[in-house]
Amino acid sequence: MAYSAGFSPHPKISYANSAPTGVASEAEYVEIGVTVECDPDRMRTALDDALPPGLDVVEVVQARTPDFVQRLEASSWQFEVPGVSIDALARCVEALLAAEAVEVERLTKSGLRRFDARVAVVTMNAVGAHVAPLTSVAADCAILTAVVRHVTPSVRPDDVLAALRRVADLVPPVPPRVTRLAQGPLNPVTATVGDPFAPDRSA
Amino acid sequence: MTRTLQAQSGASVYDRLELLLPLVSKPIQYVGGELNATLKEWESTAVRWAIMYPDAYEVGAPNQGVQILYEVLNEREDVLAERTYSVWPDLEALMREHSVPQFTVDGHRAVGDFDVFGLSFSTELGYTNMLTAIDLAGLPLLAVDRDETHPIIVAGGHAAFNPEPIADIIDAAVLGDGEEAVLLITDIVRAWKQGGRPGGREGLLLELARTGVIYVPQFYDVTYLDDGRIQRVAPNRPDVPWRVRKHTLMDLDAWPYPKAPLVPLAETVHERMSVEIFRGCTRGCRFCQAGMITRPVRERSITGIAAMVEAGLQKTGYEEVGLLSLSSADHSEIADIARNLADRYEDTQTSLSLPSTRVDAFNVDLANELSRNGRRSGLTFAPEGGSERMRRVINKMVNEEDLIRTVTTAYAAGWRSVKLYFMCGLPTETDEDILQIATLAREVIKAGRSATGRNDIRCTVSIGGFVPKPHTPFQWAAQLDHESTDARLFKLRDAIRADRQYGKAIGLRYHDGKPGIVEGLLSRGDRRVGRVILQAWRDGARFDGWSEHFSYERWMLAASKAFEGESVDVDWFTIRERERAEVLPWDHLDSGLDAEWLWEDWQASLDEVAVEDCRWTPCFDCGVCDQMETEIQVGPTGITNLPMPAMPARPPVLA
Repeated sequence: MAYSAGFSPHPKISYANSAPTGVASEAEYVEIGVTVECDPDRMRTALDDALPPGLDVVEVVQARTPDFVQRLEASSWQFEVPGVSIDALARCVEALLAAEAVEVERLTKSGLRRFDARVAVVTMNAVGAHVAPLTSVAADCAILTAVVRHVTPSVRPDDVLAALRRVADLVPPVPPRVTRLAQGPLNPVTATVGDPFAPDRSA
Repeated sequence: MTRTLQAQSGASVYDRLELLLPLVSKPIQYVGGELNATLKEWESTAVRWAIMYPDAYEVGAPNQGVQILYEVLNEREDVLAERTYSVWPDLEALMREHSVPQFTVDGHRAVGDFDVFGLSFSTELGYTNMLTAIDLAGLPLLAVDRDETHPIIVAGGHAAFNPEPIADIIDAAVLGDGEEAVLLITDIVRAWKQGGRPGGREGLLLELARTGVIYVPQFYDVTYLDDGRIQRVAPNRPDVPWRVRKHTLMDLDAWPYPKAPLVPLAETVHERMSVEIFRGCTRGCRFCQAGMITRPVRERSITGIAAMVEAGLQKTGYEEVGLLSLSSADHSEIADIARNLADRYEDTQTSLSLPSTRVDAFNVDLANELSRNGRRSGLTFAPEGGSERMRRVINKMVNEEDLIRTVTTAYAAGWRSVKLYFMCGLPTETDEDILQIATLAREVIKAGRSATGRNDIRCTVSIGGFVPKPHTPFQWAAQLDHESTDARLFKLRDAIRADRQYGKAIGLRYHDGKPGIVEGLLSRGDRRVGRVILQAWRDGARFDGWSEHFSYERWMLAASKAFEGESVDVDWFTIRERERAEVLPWDHLDSGLDAEWLWEDWQASLDEVAVEDCRWTPCFDCGVCDQMETEIQVGPTGITNLPMPAMPARPPVLA
């Protein structure tokens, strides 16, 4: 592993856009600087072995192009919303998408911040429980998917839920479980999230 | 019967716990999954231990004692050991609301399902956290109310040398080194379970007590005199011994634990690997309980240490290694150890550190060696007493000239800051003794400025209230009341502030005297203090080692309730000097120290007479080696140069 120069060298490792605490994720990205060329798959195995079960290193790709972090333009999220019917959820989604802007508040290190959460939401769909849930959930559970652009200040899953509460009084009986499904470049036509490694794979 | 089957299933409670985790602070501390953690199948094991460090995960996870026992136990094929830590009050409330029991972080199993619940007490301030854990585990708080479906609760660690305040709560206590003791307990529990649990719970406890090295408080009765003093502590069962001996592990090289230190995912107080280079200390500082109860000195050899450092680094990836002991510069081979390890890791990211407390120039040389290419930020020394007289009283053989020479060497070698540790409230101490700390710090800065020609050097004085501890020459001493402690500390603060020339270069860190009084009550208390602990816990006491949770007023209120109608109170246990003839609560617990020797050392202290270290001078009959059939095990081995380890031909991840 590479280290920064100077009096107290730090390992060259950066966590891009990490998911907030309490949120599951299938798509986290870490950049690690190395001093010699490594075999990506051997490195994947070595890292995976050192991490606890459930924290899996899926793939290691050698960086061949700059600006990796800039390619993480948007995330695709899944919300499992228990105790809410699919129709009710669909009405909430409709209300949110119809709104021009939805102000939400979040307590940050620098105090309470107000910002628009609607601007980051690219698409949002209420889908039935027929989509196989990633975590075990009760039967009466509606699923919400959303593609959310990475903006400043960042709009987190909590903020999306706060926006839904604000426009449509969505208050699930237990907190929804949230999973990040993907992050990467945003395709403006299909409104989908692509593979951020694509340029490195083809380079 | 239904209870037994359900209770001991060892099933994971993680599904229920997980729902609460988004609602609490730092949830990662509860998920386990550390590198080098062990997870065994419940059914494949015969004896199961839950081991607890009764503080928050961030403090408990790095604890060496727990890591050692965890590994020693799990190395046995039919033994399962998992760890549990104190949950913060936010999770405690949610666990109560949702009926989630105290759980282990490894398998997230209910602590009540295990055979043995072992707790390691570095400090008495963990007692209330033990009660929270027992209660959350769904176990009765008092030993007499528990039955054979419940785990036996065993206390260890330094506080176990006087477990009397928690005698009604725990089932057993182990004094001294735990490695062999946990295996002995395991063997007894295994035989008892396989034999169909003869005699029930009491049968098991009797088996433990008969060994003479495991203390089972309920088999001893304490009677009191009218004035409150103890009359007698006597066994109430035949063939339970009058005194219980401590354990002493010999030949440390044969016990290279932890072999695979845990690497926590959550941030902890020590983000480094520790290698214990020796155990015990015979410097003879009279205030130091650790130095008294861990005798004799037993060193790990230079080769044993180097092997542990290398193996541990391979298994963990840590970037810092601390060479741990009570006074690391005293290892007979320390210069060669430091030079060899510094050579070996010179071009790597691995740094080495030595907890430096000894005041001499040699210690500075060592620190220089270990920081060859690193930053020289701060060095720590512990003169402990502010005046020459005070240091004779406590047997800390450092004179002012040594200290000034040492810090001058340090500043000249590029160290910018020196931290000095002191205590306030030592026996015979006066205001004048404490005020001399200011004079000393002033001399330190003066010497540093003239040695370096710089004005940016600093000295930090760190000072805390002295708490007399059992099994030390000061076990008879009166503790200083908290008002006087605080008054003395304020005088010191004012004296430093008033120094226009040097005061700004001197930092002062101090702790007020109140927590020390509660610690003193718990340290030298007897079984009557148990009621205070229970009362304080019921009134909300938790995490007493944390200033944001500790409440002196709550403890004093609890004490006044618990001692109602008794002839004793908090002052009686803390600020009262004891006579030679008084039966002390821990007299039946044998640390090996001869009571006569301790008393003579107490008298020598009052006469300001110093005692040498028996590693370098003839034995002065403290009693430990004879009583415990142990011996001093020190080097040097004669090995001064270590072979450099062969590097793997090709690290496995390279392309």
